[in-house]
Amino acid sequence: MQLPSLSELNLGLTVPALSLALWACILLVIDLFIPRDRKSVTAWLAAGGVVFAFIANLLVYRDPGVAFMGLFVADEFAGFLNIVVLLTAFIAILMSVDYLKRTGIERGEYYVLLLMTTSGIMFMNSANDLAVVFIALELLSIPLYVLAAFRAPEERSEEAGLKYFILGAFASAFFVFGAALIYGATGSSSLPVIVDAVGRALAGEGSSLLLLLMGSGLILAGLGFKVAVVPFHMWTPDVYEGAPTPVTAFMSVGAKVGGFAALLRILLVALPALTVAEGDAVAGWQTATWVVAALTLILGNIVAISQTNIKRLLAYSSIAHAGYVLMAVAAAGTPGVSDQATRAALIYLMAYMFTNLGAFAVAMAIEKDDGSGTSLDDFKGLGRSRPLLAAIMAVFMLSLTGIPLTAGFVGKWVVFQATIEAGLYTLAVIGVLTSVISAFYYVRVIVNMFLEDGEGDPAAAATPYVQWAIYLTFAGTLVLGIIPSLVTNLSGPVALAVASLVP
Amino acid sequence: MVPLWMYLFVAAALFCIGAYGVFARRNAVAILMGIELMLNAVNINLVAFWRYQTPFVMSGQVFAAFVFVVAAAEAAVGLAIIISIYRNRRSVIVEDVDLLKW
Repeated sequence: MQLPSLSELNLGLTVPALSLALWACILLVIDLFIPRDRKSVTAWLAAGGVVFAFIANLLVYRDPGVAFMGLFVADEFAGFLNIVVLLTAFIAILMSVDYLKRTGIERGEYYVLLLMTTSGIMFMNSANDLAVVFIALELLSIPLYVLAAFRAPEERSEEAGLKYFILGAFASAFFVFGAALIYGATGSSSLPVIVDAVGRALAGEGSSLLLLLMGSGLILAGLGFKVAVVPFHMWTPDVYEGAPTPVTAFMSVGAKVGGFAALLRILLVALPALTVAEGDAVAGWQTATWVVAALTLILGNIVAISQTNIKRLLAYSSIAHAGYVLMAVAAAGTPGVSDQATRAALIYLMAYMFTNLGAFAVAMAIEKDDGSGTSLDDFKGLGRSRPLLAAIMAVFMLSLTGIPLTAGFVGKWVVFQATIEAGLYTLAVIGVLTSVISAFYYVRVIVNMFLEDGEGDPAAAATPYVQWAIYLTFAGTLVLGIIPSLVTNLSGPVALAVASLVP
Repeated sequence: MVPLWMYLFVAAALFCIGAYGVFARRNAVAILMGIELMLNAVNINLVAFWRYQTPFVMSGQVFAAFVFVVAAAEAAVGLAIIISIYRNRRSVIVEDVDLLKW
C-alpha cells in the first residue's frame, strides 16, 4: 500500500486548528513553571494562541483546499465558523481571567482545556468524514465535561460535570452507532463519497435504505444533544447553572456552533438526496428536523418564563435559539432553498454568538464570588447603581428577543424568510409566535433592572477585562443590527461560506 | 461463513443492553459501564461491515480503533469526575446528586 507523502497531506491548511491543539499541549508544560499567583500569564499566552489561530485562519480562508487525503476540508464554510468560534474563545478568556481569580479556581489547566475544546470545534467545522466528525465531537466534549466540573469540590459544579458527562457520552454513543450504520449502508465514511452511495442505495434493495434512515436518525439524535434541542435538552439548564459562568458562556455558543457545523455538513454534503420514498422533492430529514425545531421553540420559550435564575433563564433561551437555527436547517431540506437557509443559519449563529456571550458577561459581572447572586432579583436596581451596564444588558435582552436595530433581529429575519421560502408556513408561524412569548421573559429582566427597587446594591464585579468583553460583544450586536448588509450581502463572507457547502 | 445480519443483530442487542444499563442503573460507575457496552456494540458493527463490505479498504478498522481510544479517554474523565463526587458526598448513586432542579 502506497503511503501519502507529507506534501500530499496539505498540512498547511490544518494549521489554524492544529496549532491550537499543539499550543494547548505546550501551554500545559509552560504552565508548570508559572508561579501560582501569576496564572493570568497563562491566560494571555492562551489568548495569544487564539489570535495566532485567527490570523492563520484568515490566511487559509483565502486559499481553500482539502487536507489529509480528503478527511479535512478547509473551505469558506469552515473558515467563517472558525472566525465565530475563535472570537468566542477570545471573549471567554477575557471573561475568565478575573472570574477565576475571585472565585478561587485559578488553575492553568483551565485555559489548556479551553484551547482543546476550541480546536475540537474547529476540527468539527472542517470534518469531511464521519470518523473525523466523531473524533472532533469528542475533542469538543471531553474538555467541556472537565470544564463544567472545574469548580470542584463545589458540589453544584461537580454535579453539572457528572450530568453533562453521562448524557454527553450516552449521546455520542448514539452518534457513532449511526455513523457505523451509514458506513455499512454506503461502504464509506467519507461525506462526498456517501452522497453518491445514497443514490445507489435508494435505487437498490430496501435493507440499505433502512440502515441509512436509522443511521441518519441516530446521528440527528447525537448531534441534537450537543446543540440542545428538545427531546435531548434535559441536561442544559442543570449544566448551565452549575458550571462556572465563563464556561457556560463558552459552552452555550461554542458547542452549538460545532454541532450545527457538523449537522449542516452531514445533511447537505452527504445526505441531501436521502428521501423516504423515491421521487420525493424534499430531503427525508426535513420532516424530522422541523418537528424537532417546533418542539424546541415551544418548550424552550415557555419553560423559560417560569425561571428565576438568570443562568437557567439563559439556558432555556439557548434551547429556544437552537430551535431557530434548526428552523433554518429544516428549510435547507428543500432543494433550491438550501443556500438561502444555510446563509440564514450562519448569520443567526453569528448574531447569537455576540448577544449571548454579552448577556452571560453581564450576568457574570453581577455574580458574587461564591457563585450566588445570579437570581433575577439580583438585577433589581441595577439601572440606578450601574446605568451603563444595565443599558447594555437591556440591548442584549432586546437582541435575544429580536427587536430591530439589533443583531438578533437580523438573524430572526433571515431565518423566517428562509423558512417561508421553503414552504414551511406552520413552522414560520410557530417561530414568530414563540418570539413574542420570549419577549415576556427577556423584558422582565429589563423591568427588574430599571423599574424595580433593589433591596441590596447589585455587586459591581465588572472588572476591566469583563468590561472589554461586554463592550466587544455590545459593539458586535449593534454593528450587525445596524449594518446587516455586512453579513447579508450576496458577495460577502457568509455567501462565500454557503457557496462552498451548497453547490 | 456467519451471515452479516447475525453480527448486526448481536451489535444491536448489545447497544440496547448498554442503553438499558444507562437508564436502569443508579450507580454512576455502572452507568459508565453501560456506555462502554454501547461503544463496543459500535465496534462490532464497524468491524463486521468492514469485513463483509469493504475488506480491502481499512477505514472501518481504523474507525473502530478510534472508537477504542475515545472510549478510554471518556472513561478516564468520567471516573475522575465520579471520584471527585465520591470524595464530597461518600456516594456515587446518581439520585443523591440532585442539587440542581427546576
